[in-house]
Amino acid sequence: MVKIPSSELTPEPVYLSRRAFLGGAGALSAAALLAACGTERFVSGTTTAGPGATAGLTDELGDPANSLDQITNYNNYYEFTTDKEGVARLAKGFTTSPWEVSVGGLVAQPRTFGFEDLLALEQEERIYRLRCVEAWSMVIPWLGFPLSRLLALVEPRPEAKFVRFETVYRPEEMPGQRDRHYPWPYVEGLRLDEAMHDLAIVATGIYGHALTPQNGAPLRLVVPWKYGFKSIKAIVKIDLVETMPVSLWMALAPMEYGFYANVNPDVTHPRWSQASERRIGTRARRPTLPFNGYAEQVAPLYAGMDLRQHY
Amino acid sequence: MPSAVHPLSLIPLGLLLGEAALGLLSVNPIQDLILRTGKAGLVLLLLTLACTPLKRLTGWKWLLALRKPLGLYSFLYVSLHLVAFAVIDFGLDLALISQAIAEKRYVLAGMASFSLLLPLALTSTKAAQRRLGRWWRPLHRLIYPAALLAALHYLWLAKVPREPLIFLAILGGLLALRLPWWRIR
Repeated sequence: MVKIPSSELTPEPVYLSRRAFLGGAGALSAAALLAACGTERFVSGTTTAGPGATAGLTDELGDPANSLDQITNYNNYYEFTTDKEGVARLAKGFTTSPWEVSVGGLVAQPRTFGFEDLLALEQEERIYRLRCVEAWSMVIPWLGFPLSRLLALVEPRPEAKFVRFETVYRPEEMPGQRDRHYPWPYVEGLRLDEAMHDLAIVATGIYGHALTPQNGAPLRLVVPWKYGFKSIKAIVKIDLVETMPVSLWMALAPMEYGFYANVNPDVTHPRWSQASERRIGTRARRPTLPFNGYAEQVAPLYAGMDLRQHY
Repeated sequence: MPSAVHPLSLIPLGLLLGEAALGLLSVNPIQDLILRTGKAGLVLLLLTLACTPLKRLTGWKWLLALRKPLGLYSFLYVSLHLVAFAVIDFGLDLALISQAIAEKRYVLAGMASFSLLLPLALTSTKAAQRRLGRWWRPLHRLIYPAALLAALHYLWLAKVPREPLIFLAILGGLLALRLPWWRIR
């Protein structure tokens, strides 16, 4: 478990936004984060799988959150390995501090944020379903902040239509990145209105603790209505752009991976049927919900679009 | 040597059961069960097909006696693979299963491969061999398309095609060694 040293939690006074909603958020959120770390919610990494281990946390549909053990030992993170159980071991000791994220492109105020600057934003818990394109899913209590808040700080220009995210490229620490089969670094993208949607967050923690390296430390995207691969990990670069970014998966297999990648039981993937899914920790398959159960909130983003074509 | 085929072929199953009992499988144990039985079945199928070319290469006659047990152990794993998929994963939900078959060519290829292997397993006994007479041999050539379908099944489901392509290449080599061209010396 990565612990954030208290020095890293000290609010950075560098942050001088005029925006009202950020006033004083730094001190408040740091306190909130520290408080969260001390709650009973934290589940020991040695706890075995099972909904009982999650102290009664559920998503809004009433399904229990997965245990930290499940969340931190079954990861798709090809920068380390394609073996989901091997990621935790290989990612151990991955350097997540110091960490900077440059946010630029078509913005009025391009900026490089230190990770501490981002921790100074108010952190909140979001219990989301994560649906992998491989047809398994989990319920994860993230800690983070809406991506829209970060984007507002850099003031996107009117020409900006998409947001492009990039993962750190560090082959000396990420053995999977030495595999030339993939066009590293990992790239993902969102349409600007998707990025500004309140459900899209930048996650910095799970169960009230800092993210573990295998889950994308120190910060990652979480877009719960899209397949998991859209939720890019270990972000170092965010650019606002005019044209649709080409993600790593789109570049590698354009017939299989579209830009939108919204969870959709009616659009089948060449490899995995998306009609149903296996919730980690339970036995029976369950039907996959349109937009992963977030249709009410996000379906309007795609009004008038043929989602079979824009998969 | 030939009798070692039994314990060796049962190693993957033993490991799987042992890890399951000790709680060493991943948090997605159904997936582990499906992937590992499937791969064991495919590897054993390729080993079955390797016996004849290897015998020709080395002259060791006992290799031919391995074909039957290897083929049957392959069928054992393939059957466990199918049970894990249809019963444990899909709970025999016929609507979901038929949807998967219709939607996914890899499921179709896997099912086709299984249905070609099934008559081979059923006619593997000496008695069946006698009863079928001269039809036994052509019937058992179904192992070639079955293996090809099994390798395609793997290729079509894998996100990274590298390993399935290696399997396909090995299979291609094993089948090519059976072409008359290689036998002319």
